[in-house]
Amino acid sequence: MRPNRGIFGNADWIMIWLYLVLVFFGWMNIYAAVYNEDHGSIFDISQNYGKQALWIVTGFILALTVMLIDFRFYLTFPYLVYGIVCLLLIAVVIFGKEIAGSKSWFEIGPFRLQPSEFAKFATCLALAKYLSGLRVKIEENRTKITSSAIIAIPPLLILLQPDAGSALIYSSLLLVLYREGLSSRYLWTGVFIIMLFLLALLFNKFILIGVLGFFALSGIFFFRRSRQSVVVILLALAISSGLIYSVDYAFNNILEPHQRSRINVLLGTERDIKGVGYNVNQSLIAIGSGGFTGKGFLQGTQTKYDFVPEQSTDFIFCTIGEEWGFLGSLLTIGLFVALLARIIFIAERQRSKFSRIYGYCVASVLFFHFAVNMGMTMGLAPVIGIPLPFISYGGSSLWGFTILLFLFIKFDSVRLEILR
Amino acid sequence: MNPFADRRYVFLILFAFVAMIFLGRLFYIQIIDRSYRISASNNVLRYVTAYPSRGLIYDRNGELLVYNQPAYDLMVIPRQVKNIDTADLCTLLAISKEEFISKIKEARKYSSLKASVFLKQLSAEIYGAFLERMYQFPGFFVQVRTMRKYPKNIAANAVGYISEVDENTIKKNSYYRSGDYIGMGGLEQSYEDILRGKRGVKIFVVDVHNRIVGSYLNGLYDTLPVPGLNVVSTLSSSLQEYGEKLMQNKIGSIAAIEPATGEVLALVTSPTYDPNLLVGRVRSANYKKLLTDSLNPLFNRALMAMYPPGSIFKIVECLVGLQDEVLTWNTVLPCNKSLVNCHNHPSPLDLDGSVQHSCNPFYYMVFKKILYGGATLELAKGEGGTSEQGLNAWRRHVISFGLGSRLGIDIPNEKGGYIPTSIYYNKVYGKNRWNFYTIYSLGIGQGEIMIVPLQMANITAIIANRGFYYLPHLIKGFGEHKMVLPHFTVRNLTTINPEHFEPLVDAMEKVVQSGTATRAKLKDVSICGKTGTAQNPHGEDHSVFIAFAPKDTPQIAISVVVENSGFGGTWAAPIASLMIEKYLNDTISRPELEKYILDEDFIHPKAEKKEVNKPERVD
Repeated sequence: MRPNRGIFGNADWIMIWLYLVLVFFGWMNIYAAVYNEDHGSIFDISQNYGKQALWIVTGFILALTVMLIDFRFYLTFPYLVYGIVCLLLIAVVIFGKEIAGSKSWFEIGPFRLQPSEFAKFATCLALAKYLSGLRVKIEENRTKITSSAIIAIPPLLILLQPDAGSALIYSSLLLVLYREGLSSRYLWTGVFIIMLFLLALLFNKFILIGVLGFFALSGIFFFRRSRQSVVVILLALAISSGLIYSVDYAFNNILEPHQRSRINVLLGTERDIKGVGYNVNQSLIAIGSGGFTGKGFLQGTQTKYDFVPEQSTDFIFCTIGEEWGFLGSLLTIGLFVALLARIIFIAERQRSKFSRIYGYCVASVLFFHFAVNMGMTMGLAPVIGIPLPFISYGGSSLWGFTILLFLFIKFDSVRLEILR
Repeated sequence: MNPFADRRYVFLILFAFVAMIFLGRLFYIQIIDRSYRISASNNVLRYVTAYPSRGLIYDRNGELLVYNQPAYDLMVIPRQVKNIDTADLCTLLAISKEEFISKIKEARKYSSLKASVFLKQLSAEIYGAFLERMYQFPGFFVQVRTMRKYPKNIAANAVGYISEVDENTIKKNSYYRSGDYIGMGGLEQSYEDILRGKRGVKIFVVDVHNRIVGSYLNGLYDTLPVPGLNVVSTLSSSLQEYGEKLMQNKIGSIAAIEPATGEVLALVTSPTYDPNLLVGRVRSANYKKLLTDSLNPLFNRALMAMYPPGSIFKIVECLVGLQDEVLTWNTVLPCNKSLVNCHNHPSPLDLDGSVQHSCNPFYYMVFKKILYGGATLELAKGEGGTSEQGLNAWRRHVISFGLGSRLGIDIPNEKGGYIPTSIYYNKVYGKNRWNFYTIYSLGIGQGEIMIVPLQMANITAIIANRGFYYLPHLIKGFGEHKMVLPHFTVRNLTTINPEHFEPLVDAMEKVVQSGTATRAKLKDVSICGKTGTAQNPHGEDHSVFIAFAPKDTPQIAISVVVENSGFGGTWAAPIASLMIEKYLNDTISRPELEKYILDEDFIHPKAEKKEVNKPERVD
């Protein structure tokens, strides 16, 4: 280990700088999105941008705290943190304040806290802790089941609120299992199921099953010597057909009409600019009107005059797209990809399995947020309310992401001391 | 080394892949597809039209015919209506509570955030009273518009009216937008481009609730409305007014032209309507009433009613005969009643006497001579049978009087009448299967021949000018410089040599002095005229009279048609005479004659005078 040069001495400053740039850029765009001439100061606490300044400063304090605490603490208590967070998730359903139909928030005085934002790093810690265990082998079914359970419990609790968007994030952690040696069969099966899911929504189920049946018959003909293959193909066909039927059933009978509409709008089978498609349409107008260089800071009209809903939180990218244009969007995407790539790079240089797994967890969660949030503003992903990390307005989410990232920076800064 | 370390590349490729998709998508929506930029400005920009004031219309002496009057519409934004004393407002506006509720509902149905008309055209008193207390009724405000007003209630058909543009016009003409006003009929339509001015626009930036948050780029792209130019009409409002008065309770028309210029001095059609009826709130209801009125007041008879001209056509016939050298002023013909009837007069007659006494057989014979012996016949040689050649030669002369097709007066809906062609007769009777005996009534202006009152007046102007005319028009000038349109100053010549006119003028003078129209005689003014009786198969004949005066320096040429009133000398001639007197002297020296005309009623049967469906009148 290099000589101790203070707590940030061994930290990866590239990640820290990327973090700072994203946070600052986000703050500026929140200012632009909800800019109000009566409250022109960016520090005006009555406005979202003023509050965000507060969250940023407290976020820095949290980051500092994370860096100051001895790393052994994190290695020792992940399950405890995980347990506490799960209790909070249960508590919020009971004691939380209902806002827009879901109980996701604790109200403490003038502030609100969203425990699901903190469940992310807790789950990542717990998963890393479990998978880095001495006797844990990913090939074993017990491992698969236990790690799946660790991943699945928080989202199931979150679904009680209900907040489907936040719950879906945890599916990204399955990628971490893949990195840790889960057979790529699972990955392909996953991809296949997603494809099948989409096709089932787009096409008539009978036609789809017919096409699959044709492929299955061809396969059987091709592999007719191998009895095992034929069985696998038939089994796959049966399962696929069952899936198609259940998707069809679930879509038409279980999903709420608004969820159904959102999916239909996304798939292009429904066009509804006034209703469900309104957000996406306005979002596209805002981004599209930005052009190559954008309209300039504070010159965006679509977000400033509230045409885009949630313009400072989930749809903050609209402001970037409108005021900074293609160049600004390119910069934002570049920053995120750089951060994600840096995390992967840093994760791979860890000696400790725990740090590496945690790093992949961080990358997966951030990637999911990035992909789905940006995709939704561009009309490429369904509108599920999840924020753009570090940029969207919101204390809980900024704090959650700050802790999530700085834990990893902390682990990396002491990588020579962590053995496992 | 971790055996699965290479899987990091799967992650990196996944990140890169998603980033590329995003960049591709952004490239498309931000750079290639421009529609979002348009949608964005549609979202935030509100174009508020600043309407220009419409040009005024004056008569030839500078008297106002049409002006603008402000109208006050009470507007409401339902969302902003809060805590008001409804009963108080109802009393103030003089409406019932039920009305109030239904109007608010209607407004809400349109939009609760946007302003809509609550009550159209408040009276000045209500407007004043409301303005004082407006602060008590949040959500209500007054929008000022302008309405056309007609101070003298005259010349409705000549001036036209304005109404909201219809879908078709909006499609055809990109200038107009829904809710705009456009001139309909008369001068309002013809000079729409000049009168309307140019719309200005103010661009505002609005938020998602359609609230105005400011002006766009501090008004950089705002334009001011350009007011419409004033139009000066050739009409003399006093003459027009007098003509309408004389024609009350009669069906027919008067067209008066200044021969030296072609300027239309009066264009009376009767029955007419009060132009103020077609303004504002009451417009559509009144328009329906006028449209279904059995006397058809919207029908501009002076331009649109086609009549066989009757005996007034004899003057054209006479001129064609002279030009064709089948007649001279010494020709004497007997009143041979074998073919048509005539009235009592000395016989035989010379040309002079034939005009004076309007002898029918005389003109049959003239027409026959034109058909078979005219000098211009040579020109038409080789065009089929003799009758056909003759008719073509005759027609060539006749249409040079502005007959057979529209003259081209500068207001819409003019009709052209009809002068039959040889093609027409060939079609009806077959080639070479018709001759003079088939078409002889053309000789006295009966049969297939049709002309409109404006053409009658124009023929009169031609005689007054001794052989030419200017296109009759209603515009004297517009704008500051009183510009005149060039095509109204072109002299249109007839095919008749000028020397043939003078004797005819003398004959026409005698018509008034001692012929068929002695009732038109006016002391100290030599009026030249010709009576006519247009045959009407549906009832009493139409009384027709054309005249100009004074004889040597003609200032007015006039045609008068009184439908179903019989002989031309009885009704049409005195009306024309009074009109001439009014125009030349501005006083009436014959009150008994005036009273005789004013008292006559051809519309309401004398036994049972029914009250007509009088439209609602609002000032």
